[in-house]
Amino acid sequence: MTDDVTETRPDPHDGKVSTRCTVNGVEVTLRAYPLARLLDVLREELNLTGTKEGCGEGECGACSVLIDGELVNSCLVPAAQVRGADIQTVEGLTDGERLHAVQQAMVECGGAQCGICTPGMVLAAVNLLKQTPAPTEADIREGLAGNLCRCTGYMKILDAVVHACEK
Amino acid sequence: MRAYLPAYEMQVPRTLDDALALLREGPGAWRPFAGGTDLMVLLEAGKLEHRRFFSIRHLKELRGVEEVDGGVRVGALTTYTDVRRSELLSRLFPMLGQAARETGGIAIQNRGTVGGNIANASPAADTPPALLAYGAEVELVSAGGARRVPYADFHTGYKQTVMRADELIAAVVLPRPREGARHFYRKVGTRRAQAISKVCFAALAEVEGGSLKEVRVALGSVAPVVLRCRRTEGTLRGRRLDEEASKDALDELGREVTPIDDVRSTARYRTRVAQNLLREFLSAVRAGKA
Repeated sequence: MTDDVTETRPDPHDGKVSTRCTVNGVEVTLRAYPLARLLDVLREELNLTGTKEGCGEGECGACSVLIDGELVNSCLVPAAQVRGADIQTVEGLTDGERLHAVQQAMVECGGAQCGICTPGMVLAAVNLLKQTPAPTEADIREGLAGNLCRCTGYMKILDAVVHACEK
Repeated sequence: MRAYLPAYEMQVPRTLDDALALLREGPGAWRPFAGGTDLMVLLEAGKLEHRRFFSIRHLKELRGVEEVDGGVRVGALTTYTDVRRSELLSRLFPMLGQAARETGGIAIQNRGTVGGNIANASPAADTPPALLAYGAEVELVSAGGARRVPYADFHTGYKQTVMRADELIAAVVLPRPREGARHFYRKVGTRRAQAISKVCFAALAEVEGGSLKEVRVALGSVAPVVLRCRRTEGTLRGRRLDEEASKDALDELGREVTPIDDVRSTARYRTRVAQNLLREFLSAVRAGKA
């Protein structure tokens, strides 16, 4: 979040605001209602459907993205607050065809079934490993505590994070 | 999304003065919007009645944790992550970090703010009981100036505060506890993350020669407001830490809390757990473990 913040003036024709920010390294101008959720703007304006909606109230973590390097629930971020922000979604983790180590580990460990929680889990794990490169099991559980999974029972997701550390 | 998005506005005032000028425009014309972790939930549910907001997230004057005369000033925009990372707060006010680590999850902690938590005025909030136990003051600011209110006097009823329509929470100020003070914080809920508490307990004690020289006990989720339990404190202050004092205090606490039955718990359970936590606190202080 930069300090150079200017007053947001909505377009008098449709009430939407233009917000300049960076998404996965690319500068974009988002056009959205001021209180449109970043989750919806990413999915519908930018076609970045990797970020999912699980609950719409910040409880499940399926909508997790990184804003200025911090893990946040994009369902709780209004478009008007991302001016100048550096946003990373799960799509931003792959380098061409090469998966991020956490994504690769998730595949190898069988950490995904339906896959809805997976992007959020991956981002939470990426964020955790950035802060704590050698996490204990307790650290991993805490780092992913904001992410719910209805399919796997969590064990293979935790294994995947451990596996990613070992690489 | 149950809300009609075109009806909502958000301004981004450049400075604190610009923000305070918006608050002057008429009582409740424009309302502040910080981390969004409460307001966006209401929006999604179609229950955000107010329409015109101004973002305050970027206002430098509301940020920062710093030592001030006799204590520490915590800017209203301090996030739970900021609290956890503050060496100063960990050292002097460890209960704040304990509360922050049990608030939501990492993603919530990165956006939610102490000021927003106070302004939202939920009686089930996690950090406010610790603020009460630490004897915090709230610093309020408006275009007309600033004032301080003891946090214990801040909430007047369910989701009601003493804030005037033209005021913003600028900071909370916490007086330094005495050297050797004992801190005890417990949040009881269904999980260690992403759970609203059934009961939340925070207490501070100063012990001298086996007696409680000073004690503060505060609870969440047992009343329409976060509760400073002065009558319970009164049964303990100046007394020796023994079974009789513990029994008297537990009895008084049972009368002082006024919990309800709701989706998370029952009044009876809450009263019992509150008493258990008080007993655990007193045992821990006696054993030198708090």
